[in-house]
Amino acid sequence: MKTGTRVGEPPPSNNSKNSKNAQKSDDSRNSTGSEAARGEGEPPPTPLPGLLLWPAVLLPPGLTPKRVRYDRRYRTLDKYRFILGFLAVPLAFYALFVVSPFLQAIYYSFTDWSGGPVANFIGFDNYRKMWDDARFWDSLQVSALLLVITPVVTLVLGIFFAYMITAGGRHRRGQAIAGVAGSSFYKVVYFFPQVLSVSIVAVVWGRVFNTNSGLINGGLDKAGIEGPAWLGGDETLALIALLTVISWSFVGFYVVLFSAAMGAIPKDIHEAALLDGAGRARTFFGVTLPLIWDTVRTGWIYMGIQALDTFAICLVMVPAHVLKVTPVFLYERFRDGQYGYATSIGVVLLVLSVAFSLIVMRVGNRDRIEY
Amino acid sequence: MGTTSVNRRDVMKRAAAAGLLAVPAVGALSSCASGGGEENKAEKGEKSKKNPLGVKADAGLAVYIFNGGYGDKYAQFVTDMYAEKYPKAKPEQKATEKIATQVQPKIVRGKPTADVVNNSGAEQMNIGKLVHNKQVADLGEVLDAPSWDDPDVTVRETLVPVVEQMGRFGGEECYQLNITLTVYGNWYSAKLLEDGLDTAYPKTWDEMLAVCKKAKAKGIHGWSYPGGHPRYMFFSMYAMFAQRGGREVIEAMDYLEPDAWRHDAVKDVFEAWEELVAKKYVLTGFDGQQAHTEMQTAWTKEGKCLFVPNGSWVENEAKDTTPKDFRMAVGATPSLDSGDKMPFGTLYAPAGEPFIVPAKATNRQGGLEWLRMMYSKEAARNLFEEVGSLPVVKGAIDGVKLPSGTASAQAAIKAAGENIVIPRFMDWYNELFREDFNNMIHKFMQGQIGPKQAMDTMQKASERILKDPDITKVKKA
Repeated sequence: MKTGTRVGEPPPSNNSKNSKNAQKSDDSRNSTGSEAARGEGEPPPTPLPGLLLWPAVLLPPGLTPKRVRYDRRYRTLDKYRFILGFLAVPLAFYALFVVSPFLQAIYYSFTDWSGGPVANFIGFDNYRKMWDDARFWDSLQVSALLLVITPVVTLVLGIFFAYMITAGGRHRRGQAIAGVAGSSFYKVVYFFPQVLSVSIVAVVWGRVFNTNSGLINGGLDKAGIEGPAWLGGDETLALIALLTVISWSFVGFYVVLFSAAMGAIPKDIHEAALLDGAGRARTFFGVTLPLIWDTVRTGWIYMGIQALDTFAICLVMVPAHVLKVTPVFLYERFRDGQYGYATSIGVVLLVLSVAFSLIVMRVGNRDRIEY
Repeated sequence: MGTTSVNRRDVMKRAAAAGLLAVPAVGALSSCASGGGEENKAEKGEKSKKNPLGVKADAGLAVYIFNGGYGDKYAQFVTDMYAEKYPKAKPEQKATEKIATQVQPKIVRGKPTADVVNNSGAEQMNIGKLVHNKQVADLGEVLDAPSWDDPDVTVRETLVPVVEQMGRFGGEECYQLNITLTVYGNWYSAKLLEDGLDTAYPKTWDEMLAVCKKAKAKGIHGWSYPGGHPRYMFFSMYAMFAQRGGREVIEAMDYLEPDAWRHDAVKDVFEAWEELVAKKYVLTGFDGQQAHTEMQTAWTKEGKCLFVPNGSWVENEAKDTTPKDFRMAVGATPSLDSGDKMPFGTLYAPAGEPFIVPAKATNRQGGLEWLRMMYSKEAARNLFEEVGSLPVVKGAIDGVKLPSGTASAQAAIKAAGENIVIPRFMDWYNELFREDFNNMIHKFMQGQIGPKQAMDTMQKASERILKDPDITKVKKA
């Protein structure tokens, strides 16, 4: 802060010096050319050669020569130095642990690296192999289905619950909006699955879906119905099971997210809608949803990426011979030491995630409503 | 997983560096082996009748044992034998869970500190790579040496032939020696079959179907398999492929030959099983990771099914749920009909717990001698007593009172004689078994696909592996 004020002090502002200089040179140009050359060489107000500025980056302002400090460019330098001081470490970490693995992965996807000392560059061979690999397409089909269905199911449920929690209740004590009874309790309960580790969720649900001793089939059995082999046979059943578990474990997050977004909508808007005689459904579609659209879109992208990224739940809960998502297929290739091939699958997933985000951003683009 | 790969990477980097240095040395080594010129630097003593491998009596010996389910007591027994014969050698045994981390860097650097290694466990060294890089010694010398118990019989003659077969990697040399045997097949309760159903073990498929029918009448399923791990079916099917079509059928599978899985024998076996599935003799519904345990409980404790595909570890694994009078037993796969190429009794019984001797071990002869001792009757019997697995030494546990499952497994091996079959592709191209067969047989056992699709799926998978540049192929010698 101190630095900022000192630099910001007006007195011998470089700008004014410069303009004076300019006037001077204008004057001298009027007289003679040789004088102009001499005028430029005058010591105090001259702009420094750029090279001399660089060492100043490392000097505290107190030790910086005035000549440098009063330079016009010193102010910009000081500003960026200030910002850089905060960002350098996080950026370095980001570059080291996020950017460089990405780049390395992309590089390895073009090699035949098998974990050994040699990684030969083989061009697009891995991608060609992937194109011909039926197992890849099978897994991608599952992942694509998840990508389409999971966000819709999860977000619809999340919005519904959030609306019920914030605005679904009766209008008591003259309040324009209120949640259903016990809404603060529900909010906590919905969030529970988020607190559990993914592998625990997968193991527990694996038991719930167990054909012979699971909770679901046990219940069906009591009702006299023979339950199906959820995770032991039909691909569709396993997909339904997987979808249920993913939605179940993520919906709480979206309930909280959307509740917050709905809570930020000014009450008077809802009041106005109420006065105009709008019912709950009308209020929701006419007022609430458009006002939280930005949040919904963000949630949609996030959930889509989560769906593409489904790994632990599928690996732990669903037997690989029944159904597998692309990340599980990728994992299996890693396990077999086909690192080059596995990373190329990873790169394809990256591209798909980016494409998905871009499409959703485009599709969901609306004018923002300010409130 | 992360740490493992990093380690492996480190190891391999070192390997690359060491490889450059090691190449001339390897050349020197092989030239002396063939030319019979100067010996390498390994410690060697005089060969004699008492010392057929020419062990130097005072050379130290380092033994590395994988410290897993078997522990290392069984090996300490052998190390103690060694110490007794060569007191000056002061042999040292190390038990570790991380064989690769402990042993491999030094092997690839060309200066192994281990003289004999039990290459086992989750962190075992990739034997294919070791062989490829000529880092392991040919153990033929041990097999040719006179056995510990009888100088007139070679070690080779005391072992079941599977041991040498499984040490070969497309050539005649034997690079690893296993010490235990696993018997796969149709496991059943002799009490239920003989007393409950009043039937003998079915030797033909027709008899098998008849038994299943009889069982069904009593409300018992003839078969079951762990739906969560459908690959168990392989344990009851594999020997049938060989039995039906002879060894060339299974060899074709191992070497990924064209139409290996489209052989008529394969078709016949699948069709036989299809009938069993179609008649609903199979108890299903054991899904999830613990499927095998659930199935074994239903089989032993609840008596819901008669036969299960399994391996000889099951007796120990299902110990807690097995009633005392269960009389667990294993049977070989039934013959289809008189057109079979191999007799009833053909058995899928591979050897396990591999040992290697590093090619450049300082006391290589000592390592070989240690293995010769391991294959003594005394040590083999001790192995059985310590870990409960069948030793590969013939007749080593004769006269020992065996639990019923193990006894029947041993009887099955005796009955099989030379007709023991091993799927080498399981070692060489593991994904063909673990993924492709697993996925295929799941659908097959559910009745979703028939024999034709089953064969097509496997053939396509076999061709995919053949084409995959990321998988090193083993060539037929």
